[in-house]
Amino acid sequence: MLRPLPLLTALVLAGPVLLGLAGTLLPAFGLGLPGPGASLAPWRDVLDWPGLPRALAVSVLSGVLSTLGALGVAALIFAGWHGTRTFGWLERLLSPLLAVPHAAAALGLAFLIAPSGWLMRLPALALGWDVPPDLLILQDRWGLSLTAGLIAKELPFLVLMMLAAQAQIPPGRLRVARSLGAGRVAGWLKAVFPGVYAQVRLPVLVVLVYGMTNVDVAVILGPNTPPTLSVQVTRWMLDPDLGLRATAAAGALVQLVATLSVLAAWRAGERLVARVGRRWVWSGRGLPEAPARAAGFGLGLLSALAVLLGMAALAVWSVAARWRFPALAPEGLTARSWARFGPEMLATAGDTMVIALTATGVSLLLVIGCLEAEHRFGLTVGQRALWLLYLPLLVPQVAFLPGLQLIPALAGTGWEWAMVLTGHVVFVLPYVFLSLSGPFRAWDGRLARVAAGLGAGPDRVLWRLRLPMLAAPLLVAAAVGIAVSVGQYLPTLLLGGGRIDTLATEAVALAAGGDRRAIGVWGLGQGAAALLPFAFALALPAIWFRDRRGMRHG
Amino acid sequence: MTRQLLTAALTAALALPAAAQTDPSDWDAVTAAADGQTVYWHAWGGSTTTNDFIAWVGEQAAAQGVTLEHVKLSDTADAVGAVLAEKQAGNDDDGSVDLIWINGANFAAMKEAELLFGPWAEDLPNWSLVDVEGKTVTTDFTVPTEGYESPWAMAQVVFIYDSARLPDPPDSAQEILNFATQNPGRFTFPQPPDFLGTTFLKQMLIDLLADPSVLQEPVGADYEIVTAPFWAFMDALTPTLWRQGRAYPQTGPRQLQLMNDGEIDLAISFSPGEASTAIANYELPETARTTVLTKGTLGNASFLAIPYNSAAKEGAMVVANIILSPAAQLRAQDPDVLGYGTVLAMDKLSEEGRAAFAALDLGPATLSPAELGQAQPEPHPSWAERLAADWVARYGVAQ
Repeated sequence: MLRPLPLLTALVLAGPVLLGLAGTLLPAFGLGLPGPGASLAPWRDVLDWPGLPRALAVSVLSGVLSTLGALGVAALIFAGWHGTRTFGWLERLLSPLLAVPHAAAALGLAFLIAPSGWLMRLPALALGWDVPPDLLILQDRWGLSLTAGLIAKELPFLVLMMLAAQAQIPPGRLRVARSLGAGRVAGWLKAVFPGVYAQVRLPVLVVLVYGMTNVDVAVILGPNTPPTLSVQVTRWMLDPDLGLRATAAAGALVQLVATLSVLAAWRAGERLVARVGRRWVWSGRGLPEAPARAAGFGLGLLSALAVLLGMAALAVWSVAARWRFPALAPEGLTARSWARFGPEMLATAGDTMVIALTATGVSLLLVIGCLEAEHRFGLTVGQRALWLLYLPLLVPQVAFLPGLQLIPALAGTGWEWAMVLTGHVVFVLPYVFLSLSGPFRAWDGRLARVAAGLGAGPDRVLWRLRLPMLAAPLLVAAAVGIAVSVGQYLPTLLLGGGRIDTLATEAVALAAGGDRRAIGVWGLGQGAAALLPFAFALALPAIWFRDRRGMRHG
Repeated sequence: MTRQLLTAALTAALALPAAAQTDPSDWDAVTAAADGQTVYWHAWGGSTTTNDFIAWVGEQAAAQGVTLEHVKLSDTADAVGAVLAEKQAGNDDDGSVDLIWINGANFAAMKEAELLFGPWAEDLPNWSLVDVEGKTVTTDFTVPTEGYESPWAMAQVVFIYDSARLPDPPDSAQEILNFATQNPGRFTFPQPPDFLGTTFLKQMLIDLLADPSVLQEPVGADYEIVTAPFWAFMDALTPTLWRQGRAYPQTGPRQLQLMNDGEIDLAISFSPGEASTAIANYELPETARTTVLTKGTLGNASFLAIPYNSAAKEGAMVVANIILSPAAQLRAQDPDVLGYGTVLAMDKLSEEGRAAFAALDLGPATLSPAELGQAQPEPHPSWAERLAADWVARYGVAQ
């Protein structure tokens, strides 16, 4: 019963990716589409597109810069503040942001930093401007606002990942480094960071791939003359000129090759940094401690505030009557937008939660099965299997989802829910695995031996002892899964054939429209759908285990 | 219980998709077949007013036994792609798209690829009320509709301006350039190949041509010569645009948001009533007004089409017929709802029907039919395609 589960999980993860890649590869060579048959014309079309050099450059730049930025700020926060009260405070400020879906965060941020946005209204009021300055802040040509938005959104993810990794580093290392005279920041970077980075390498690569290839954030914050390559590929896919489908497929493969090249370059960069870093470690040179600490604190706070203020802006827009530049607040408040869009939003939120709960449930079953199989039969998940786990997150979505689109077309209607669910499981499962595997493996096996000594079989130990004792991490893993599912845009859009609406597809569709009040209602709904499960995950164990202090932290 | 489930599953498996093609001219048979069908209407979902209107149509359809599901697209081409993918996969009678809100370019593409069901539109009972003489409802971008699509609203290009800032709005392409040159950064248009952005290009080309009738034919060898003055105009205009033409709003509604934010003073719209509706929704300042160009502006109709492999063709026809009803058309023209022009002929309506349309208060920013002037015909779709592609190559990718 348990033995085939790891294999099944591997199939669930790798199957759709490989199938989808095949479905993208064929049209890129003119196969599988009406036309003259096998040809290299799609490739010529992509290479002839005049926007290609810049689109590629912006994709690579925003991906690499946002990863370096998020990783750098996260490292500075750990180096400067770990173990302090401020760190706990920053962590509490950042962690709810992990759940805010990318599209909702980007929409809020867009209103915050635009020349007619909230921030610019302060100088406008002070200086008496009646029109906003004509500045290219949003959608700038080099994707800098896109990069900033990605940093703000990925920072909490990396902080959380590094928190788990840090726990595995022997605590003595930092003490030794400090006793050798290293400052707090330099000591952490020299003694702890290499170990932490080795463990968060895959999450960092996921951030890199997402930064290079995302569609939803790039549509809202990224440039449009030309857009990033993944946005352009999506446009080709949706163009009325049906011949462009093949161009889109070839473009998707260009995206794939670019992504793989950047991943390879990043690994080479790692080795370079390691060599330089080793010299620095032994050099005894430190860092300007106070500025480094201030930078870590300031940038972490700034990034959290940007997302929070953006969400606040969405909230105000959702109840705004007339609201013009440069007023800081609307002329009046009205519940009209909630009355208009609220009921439909709640109905869609229901569908979204059904998908999220089902995908998370399936993922939890598979993950617990895999971990239990690993425990009982010693089927250890090696480094290779970990790569498999990350496969769906490391292959650009635009490269394999278009290929999967063919399946509902082949199967006829009625398969959309199954397809969307599968798509969501592919992306939810890795995150559920990552957040559950640590606590699951760390569970004290001596308890199982005691139980076995009392006559309990392995199933009984699992159901009556292990899982109940892991209630808190299980709930957190479920909340993570739900948040990931609620944020999925492209898989829902492409695999649902447009028939399945979730909060994510609606929010991005409305972003194209530009009705800020509707965006406010839907963006808040999407944020709440992702955040509420976290609140439950934290509150429930506190209530259940009110009288059992030992259980509080799982 | 188990047996019931089994029976239900078997019935579902054996029930053939509604392949039976009811003759559109036998309306009783159509309504009978439509009863119980679910119609997936693929329509742009970026406008909340349109979404509300479609929801209202759904309520009317439900009264006739048809369930209407609005599939909200960010681009009409999504629906075309879905139908094409299904055709390639050999799914010829159980398609996922039943009704599409379509425009000229997509219609021409689908008709040419034989992806449409029809003819059916002229068999709808309410077709008898449609103004086939006075309005361009039987051609779509010069392509004859031949009953393969049914009109649902009339549109005409207008320019929305903030009268508080711009008391004397431009009335020609040249005047728009003069305004933009004197007020850099205060004008922009949706980025082609967005439908409305491409419409702006066509509108400027028409206004700059001495004789726009050449546009009724497909693009010919003289394209460069015909469009030379237009590209000279665009070269002069682009650096004076909002953000110096380095960024553009992606859609029409986003362009209106820019006007509400005080970022621009002039915007193009394809709906004469849009400004009034937007004022009522707090989406434009109360001082917003609309104007047209002296030489006239582009007009066309929005259409509905049924894919060849729809599983609910009869239900789709029932929905299209509801939309042609005087009640639905009146509602669509109401600026508090949608502000779209009707496709019906007033002289074909009943006394009360006419009175209801006459009694509509079109809102503060809507021009009367007389002020709108004579609409100019749409160019052949090949012009729009070529203009949009050339614009993207010249200005749409950073040089």
